[in-house]
Amino acid sequence: MKHIISVLVENKFGSLNRVAAMFSARGFNLESISIGETEDTEISRMTIVTRGEDQIINQVLKQLNRLVDTIKVTDLTRQPHVERELLLMTLKLSKTVQHEIFELITVFKGKVVDIKQKSITIEVIGSPDKINTTIDIFRPYGIKELARSGAVAIHRGE
Amino acid sequence: MHSSGQTLNGSEIFFECLRRENVEYIFGYPGGSLLKVYETLHEVKDIHHILVRHEQGATHMAEGYARATGKPGVVLVTSGPGATNTVTGIANAYMDSSPIVVFTGQVPSSLIGNDAFQEADIVGITRPITKHNFLVKDVRELAITIRKAFFLATTGRPGPVLVDMPKDILNSSCVFDFPETVDIRGFKPTFKCHINQVEKAAQKIVRAKRPLLYIGGGVISAEASEELRTLAIQQNIPVTMTLQGLGAFPGNHPLSMGMLGMHGTYWANQAVNKCDLLIAVGARFDDRVTGKVDTFAPQAYKIHNDIDPTNVDKNIKVDLPIVGDAKNFLTTLLEVMPENKENREPWLAEINAWREQCPLTYGSEDNALRTEFVIDEVSRQTRGNAVVVTDVGQHQMWTSQFYTFINPRSIITSGGLGTMGFGLPAAIGAAFGIKDRPVVLFCGDGGFMMNVQELVTAVHNKMPVKIFLINNSFLGMVRQWQELFHKEKYSFTDLGDSNPDFVKVAEAFGCKALMADSPNAAKEAIEEALAWNDGPILVDFRVVKKDMVFPMVPAGGSISDMLLARLNPKTMV
Ligand SMILES: Cc1ncc(C[n+]2csc(CCOP(=O)(O)OP(=O)(O)O)c2C)c(N)n1
Ligand SMILES: [Mg+2]
Repeated sequence: MKHIISVLVENKFGSLNRVAAMFSARGFNLESISIGETEDTEISRMTIVTRGEDQIINQVLKQLNRLVDTIKVTDLTRQPHVERELLLMTLKLSKTVQHEIFELITVFKGKVVDIKQKSITIEVIGSPDKINTTIDIFRPYGIKELARSGAVAIHRGE
Repeated sequence: MHSSGQTLNGSEIFFECLRRENVEYIFGYPGGSLLKVYETLHEVKDIHHILVRHEQGATHMAEGYARATGKPGVVLVTSGPGATNTVTGIANAYMDSSPIVVFTGQVPSSLIGNDAFQEADIVGITRPITKHNFLVKDVRELAITIRKAFFLATTGRPGPVLVDMPKDILNSSCVFDFPETVDIRGFKPTFKCHINQVEKAAQKIVRAKRPLLYIGGGVISAEASEELRTLAIQQNIPVTMTLQGLGAFPGNHPLSMGMLGMHGTYWANQAVNKCDLLIAVGARFDDRVTGKVDTFAPQAYKIHNDIDPTNVDKNIKVDLPIVGDAKNFLTTLLEVMPENKENREPWLAEINAWREQCPLTYGSEDNALRTEFVIDEVSRQTRGNAVVVTDVGQHQMWTSQFYTFINPRSIITSGGLGTMGFGLPAAIGAAFGIKDRPVVLFCGDGGFMMNVQELVTAVHNKMPVKIFLINNSFLGMVRQWQELFHKEKYSFTDLGDSNPDFVKVAEAFGCKALMADSPNAAKEAIEEALAWNDGPILVDFRVVKKDMVFPMVPAGGSISDMLLARLNPKTMV
């Protein structure tokens, strides 16, 4: 089962490396990992997407906790949370499909961030599932390049 | 002695911090990045620097010292090759949870990342084999970093910590400030066990008909042997120990069942198989202990106490996890334990029947010299009172079987990593820490050569280590597997043609040496060695070449299914 884990770490060089290296050393699945500063500049928040049975996920959580640089580890999966990913994608553009592309962008609540004669770059924000669907739907039009941010997630407020 | 508020350079801060951490010995080797440190060291009189002959030796010495005394061992090496030479020793300390602090010199900060002369990213290299590591980026951070390093190495589950110190940091100055306390917000080990869980454990224990204590090195590092002994005796529960746990409970007590696992005793493994309650304390269900996990203690309700939560439910799913310090667990358990009503005599009788059925024995009909005899004899002559260090191989397993460990901190051996070459330096390190008990090393003829250079360190410092070289002319343990599982193809394990004359080797180093090739000669040599106190002494025991360690659980097999004797008696020589 897919799990989304939020980790507060010391904002120090090497923290990301320690976490990523621990996943590879212990053979844990790592679908995505993203990191950025929090409201406290000494602390970064890492969002990790991983898959595994409960026993494995338990180990993942404990091994994360064991790292000296991690301050707090939360498995958000079964708690109310918001999860978002950013997709940037450049598509081939031609007269014949132009309309369809614009319609789809509206459907996916995307934004056009750049447009050229033969290409268009769009951004879409949503859950990783929505991003997957977006990519599938746009694929037939010719994806020249795409970049995903990996998921970020946070507890829902009270 | 300097005081807080004085302006000191990095090297002076380094020694001042070690002084305040009560460091007695540094095992080290100089080099370019450490010139300033060694300049300062020249004037330091209260901390003894021991010059090793290879940095791997320094790490094993530090670990031997730490394991024998319970105090952290300290290593000091230069950047690049000095640092990379410590990797095996650090990995060893990590696997066996030994508190050592390794200080590495580093190229100047401005050159880091430039492939500078003798630069190695030792922080990157050792990240997965240290409990934590640091690169000091500012001399004002040096004191607090050293404080944190010692705190991390010795608090909770012990382990190695590395501090990388660039050359410019050691040369620059700042106002010295030694922080009395440390607080690391990401490091808060759970010491106190959850009382409800402990009470539940107590209820299970008094009701069990066939309970078994399964004890690991955690009981020794938590200094909880006394509590363990009280619990076992009060509740009449047999005790089996892991390789690292030997000595946590006296091996000569009727409730002691020796070691369990791959080369454990038949009766300990049968007891695991039949027990209805397994109480694991400070042990981690290593694969050399469990064999096939699905069939490990199949009838038992499993209680597991460990200071490291990652050890719980890692290899084996347990019924009652109790995270916390072993001493806290056992003490609390004794406090809440109701009176025992179960009669354990039938269970103990059952175990004794297994013991009688398949005792630990060895051949003695011929006049050949066997390792088992040597170890047995050393055990007798030292009355189980020695600090026993081993290398890795057959002699190591025989030590676990035939040396009767009475006290904690009596076995120092490489368990998790299984590092050949560990023994000699670890024994030297132990001898620095322990002066009132003999330090005895059992070492194979293969492993001895892996850190033989440290004989210099032993001789130069007159360390009275008894080096009992078990010379079977083979990489014995590998040979055993070749005989059992690889069609007797003794591929590259026969050292007979290539081994040096070990007596001459030792003498060339200035080490007293003897040779023994019969049980009688061995007995006398052991007496002589134990009486010798003018530095180290080596005895070259020419033992039979093709002896086998039994009983044995084949890799991946169930521990209830032991090989008790050789399949093909022909091969016995
Ligand atoms: C550094 C290292 N290399 C290889 C091994 C694999 N190995 C395990 S036991 C062993 C044989 C050890 O031979 P010896 O030191 O003579 O001890 P014996 O088994 O004969 O008692 C070997 C090669 C190891 N454990 N460590
Ligand atoms: Mg050998």
